[in-house]
Amino acid sequence: MSTVAAQKRGFGAVLWDYLTTVDHKKIAHLYLFGGGFFFLLGGLEAMAIRIQLIQPENDFVSAGFYNELLTMHGTTMIFLAAMPLLLGLMNAVMPLQIGARDVAFPFLNSLGFWLFMFGGLLLNCSWFLGGAPDAGWTGYVPLSITSPGHGVDFYVIGLQIAGAGTLIGGINFLATIVTMRAPGMTYMRMPLFTWTTFITSTLILFAFPALTVGLFLLMFDRMFGSAFFDVGLGGNAIIWQHLFWIFGHPEVYILILPAFGIFSEVIATFSKKRLFGYTAMVFATMLIAFLGFMVWAHHMFTVGLGPVANSIFAIATMAIAVPTGIKIFNWLATMWGGQITINSSMLWALGFIPTFTIGGMTGVMVASVVADYQYHDTYFVVAHFHYVIVGGTVFGILAGLHYWWPKMFGRILNEAMGKLTFWTFFIGFHLTFFIQHFLGLMGMPRRYWVYLENQGLDLGNQISTVGAFFMAFGVIVFLINVVYTAVKGEKAADDPWDGRTLEWVAASPPAHYNFKQTPLIRGLDALWIEKTEGKGRPTPAEPLGDIHMPNSSFLPFMMSLGLFIAGFGFIYQTNHNWAYILLFGGMAIMLGCMMIRSLKDDHGYHIPKDELESEAD
Amino acid sequence: MSHDHSLNPETMPNEPEKATLEGKNKFIGFWFFLGGETVLFASLFGTYIALNNSTAGGPTANELFGLELVFIMTILLLTSSLTSVYAMYHMKNNDFKKMQLWLGITAILGISFLACEIYEFTHYITGYGFTFRSSAFGSAFYTLVGFHGGHVTFGLAWLIGLMIRNAKRGLNLYNAPKYYVFSLYWHFIDVIWVFIFTVVYLMGKVG
Amino acid sequence: MKGWMGKIRALCLLGLTALVLSACGKENLTALDPKGYGAEQSFNLIVLTTIVMAFVLATVLIVYTIVLIRYRKKKGQENYIPKQVEGNKTLETVWTVIPIILLLIIAVPTVTATFDLADNSAASDNLNVQVTGNQYWWHFNYEGQEIQTSQDLYIPVGEKVYLNMKSSDVIHSFWVPTISGKMDVNPENENTMYIQAQEEGVYWGKCAEFCGPSHSLMDFKVIAVSQEEFDQWVQDMQNVNPDEEPGSTVAQEGQALFQEKNCMGCHAIGSSPAQTGPNLTNFGDRSKLAGVEELNKENLKQWIMDPESIKPGNKMTGNYPDVSEDEAGKIAEYLMQLQPSDITPESAGKE
Repeated sequence: MSTVAAQKRGFGAVLWDYLTTVDHKKIAHLYLFGGGFFFLLGGLEAMAIRIQLIQPENDFVSAGFYNELLTMHGTTMIFLAAMPLLLGLMNAVMPLQIGARDVAFPFLNSLGFWLFMFGGLLLNCSWFLGGAPDAGWTGYVPLSITSPGHGVDFYVIGLQIAGAGTLIGGINFLATIVTMRAPGMTYMRMPLFTWTTFITSTLILFAFPALTVGLFLLMFDRMFGSAFFDVGLGGNAIIWQHLFWIFGHPEVYILILPAFGIFSEVIATFSKKRLFGYTAMVFATMLIAFLGFMVWAHHMFTVGLGPVANSIFAIATMAIAVPTGIKIFNWLATMWGGQITINSSMLWALGFIPTFTIGGMTGVMVASVVADYQYHDTYFVVAHFHYVIVGGTVFGILAGLHYWWPKMFGRILNEAMGKLTFWTFFIGFHLTFFIQHFLGLMGMPRRYWVYLENQGLDLGNQISTVGAFFMAFGVIVFLINVVYTAVKGEKAADDPWDGRTLEWVAASPPAHYNFKQTPLIRGLDALWIEKTEGKGRPTPAEPLGDIHMPNSSFLPFMMSLGLFIAGFGFIYQTNHNWAYILLFGGMAIMLGCMMIRSLKDDHGYHIPKDELESEAD
Repeated sequence: MSHDHSLNPETMPNEPEKATLEGKNKFIGFWFFLGGETVLFASLFGTYIALNNSTAGGPTANELFGLELVFIMTILLLTSSLTSVYAMYHMKNNDFKKMQLWLGITAILGISFLACEIYEFTHYITGYGFTFRSSAFGSAFYTLVGFHGGHVTFGLAWLIGLMIRNAKRGLNLYNAPKYYVFSLYWHFIDVIWVFIFTVVYLMGKVG
Repeated sequence: MKGWMGKIRALCLLGLTALVLSACGKENLTALDPKGYGAEQSFNLIVLTTIVMAFVLATVLIVYTIVLIRYRKKKGQENYIPKQVEGNKTLETVWTVIPIILLLIIAVPTVTATFDLADNSAASDNLNVQVTGNQYWWHFNYEGQEIQTSQDLYIPVGEKVYLNMKSSDVIHSFWVPTISGKMDVNPENENTMYIQAQEEGVYWGKCAEFCGPSHSLMDFKVIAVSQEEFDQWVQDMQNVNPDEEPGSTVAQEGQALFQEKNCMGCHAIGSSPAQTGPNLTNFGDRSKLAGVEELNKENLKQWIMDPESIKPGNKMTGNYPDVSEDEAGKIAEYLMQLQPSDITPESAGKE
């Protein structure tokens, strides 16, 4: 019903709908659009980096600009592309998987998205306002303190705003999973993607505040003259590294765990088998998350923390390989004895297993302290984290997109183009990054604008750049696929993959209330159970009745806009008095909207029973 | 409105803050939020502990702090936590007027605490020239204690807003979770203050 | 499809192995052909971890290949529903316990080596050098020897040399892959590491911690010479007379200009501890200009007139009076003849 109605509405109405929506499925669309946009931007930055490195002592870009590129590539890909894309998939799927009609805090869900979007835009405004941040995505002090201009200020404020959005999103998912599961959906019956969403949200909740504090300290030092990192006044630069990595290491698990969840769904569905060792998978995920908080100093082996600290963190880090190994073998065992269908979604999962195993393997290698004295800050590490973040997270996002596209948009992505994307991207990826392990060991540190002639680094870099073009080609094919599918794509059935979990019960795309009647859950793989032992659909847990839904609101957009404006005020008040107008004006908008939200009652509305009855099933 | 009835039942349930799904969400979500806040303050405490001797020749913790004032502040804030418990007790008994009264006392205690803190900061700045920019210790001190003070300020604004907004219409299932969540927040900043009192002031005096 | 997927992977592996065997990189830059104690320790662990991990990877790939061959959906079996297996305790225990054992095999030598390389108890019996990292050059102060130098670090082969490292600005990281792993050079505390070259040679060093626009141009050299040559070099460096008049008239004019343009404000010649800019005592013997360019008069003239074109963001640009091309030539002439010692990078036998 909704799609037909949507096509008839004008562009303005659709835009207003998206600006004010609190529906988790539309917010998912927004996240995918925003994250996709920044992913392309980060990709362009990556291509510029690889072109600069195609030959020794190249001058495609200047040294300063190169540093801006590499900083923005990392920051964009992690904060503005990978995480929002994952949050988009979580928003689209998780409430459906637990049989909920919406999330716990629909208003906050929208606020989280707009904060991320405006934070990302603010950060990228720096390109046009005197230069982007240039101190690396890690923003190490004192380099980030001494970096001239406003680049790093944009980094600080942009990430602060975007980070607040992510934190809000995390809390929302946690509360949703705790309180809004359908009857019978016990914790140990939740699909693995829901589990990883839950655990990832916990990581977001406990990791992001450390970044918040780090960014505040950096902001105070840069803008208000405090002395946290000013060695002359007793400051200490290592504090930043600790705070950053206390956030930063859990952050990489925030990126990878949802991907693990996606692969668990995809592999089980396309092997037509229950996930092997479900309980072990859940506890392995928890263990990875828990250990993820204990290992931050392995990013700091060369800082000089001493052999005791280094050894402890090395062993804790190696320990993470055990639960990760359990997961890999469980996926293999899920496929073992199965009935494997290979389509574009499954291809990404199949490509993931060897790729991620290599990434995990180099992960153990870099955990070995003395060996890390060689790997650290070289292209070996660059290769390692691209193997886990691209080979894990990006492959996972692409698997998830191909898998859930029909559910989200009602159409199936074109299979031929999907396969072409996979093969070019997969081959390009290994061409680009495998050789970088060796470049690192052959003496190429990371974040190098140029490498010198006659240092034996030419061939490897050339191969790497060629690979990057293959990856770019794959992404372009995917974009064409998206447009083609939107126009001419095959209409999807409600359950196109013979799925196992609840999202395949809802319509494709689902009605805005998801389920007319909340389903009753009888076990793990709720839909599969009904298909094999029941009536093919879950039994309703309630009689048909009025459905309570939240009201749309424009306030989240305005609040984020207020912070966006105030952000410019903070950045420019250091050298322009007019900036205080922006600062106080923006804060006034933000606080004003907050007050409206608190003081004005918002009870939502009800969809009456008779309206539901008149709608087709 | 059709659902007003459901939010204003004849008899209040035992735990009005968790009687609706929205209320339960708020309750759970806020506990999670406090978990995040814990990490925030833990990071600030860590920073402070790393920098509390980095005075760069300026005044040290021992020279600055006077325990008398801080002791009074502690009593004020702890008492305000207790009065907010009384308020929640009356909320559960559906006695709106007494709840508002005890919350009013909580607000007054909170404001007194804040006044003491402002006096304390002014004293350090004018009396010792000890500012946010003096040394890494100064930055860490004002940031940690200031973040807490900011939380108190925000809490007071929240509390007063709640009291005024609901003064005329009494308690119902829509605003009960809001009151309850506020009291959680207020306890949280009280606990943080106990840590500040110990780590910053007592250890600053003794260490 | 999986057939040629496997073939591609095999081909890639083969090609890369060939590539690696034929070239582990440049012999005086690579970490894969260690010629120092630290690098050797690292290399041993690299080899050990690679073997253990390759075993894991091989196991995964074998199972993976079998799965893909045996369990793909086949024609005529579209409706086959596989058995829904919950799990298998024995199997799951096996793939939990074996990795733990493998990790122990790695962990023990890792910890041993970590403590070994952090052992600085013999520092007082050995040569100590204070290393200062600067944007974008390195300064070396031989403790108790009255020798200051920049960019080229001479060490005696086979001896432990303790480096006490600190930064004057942002964080840098001292890395000479062929003889040792890296250690950060922090602004607020001194980090100590030792290096020990096992063969004579000129080893390329790099800054490994992102430090600004010219991070990639912050190269330096470690020159390991025999003990006798090193003693000779120490003597020559200690005997330098900073005010000595050069032989040629052009160089004499250059020396005058060097003082007139106040180059001395930042650059010391001799053992003066001043180190705003690189110490130039043995500039003519340097292996490279500014760490990266070939050391010749043309390049040096370019540097003196426009250092920004060689090292973007360096601290010399804009901090000295204008120098004409003619003047730059004379200063270059003066600097190029600062060759106090017969012990030069060539003495290390290799370049």
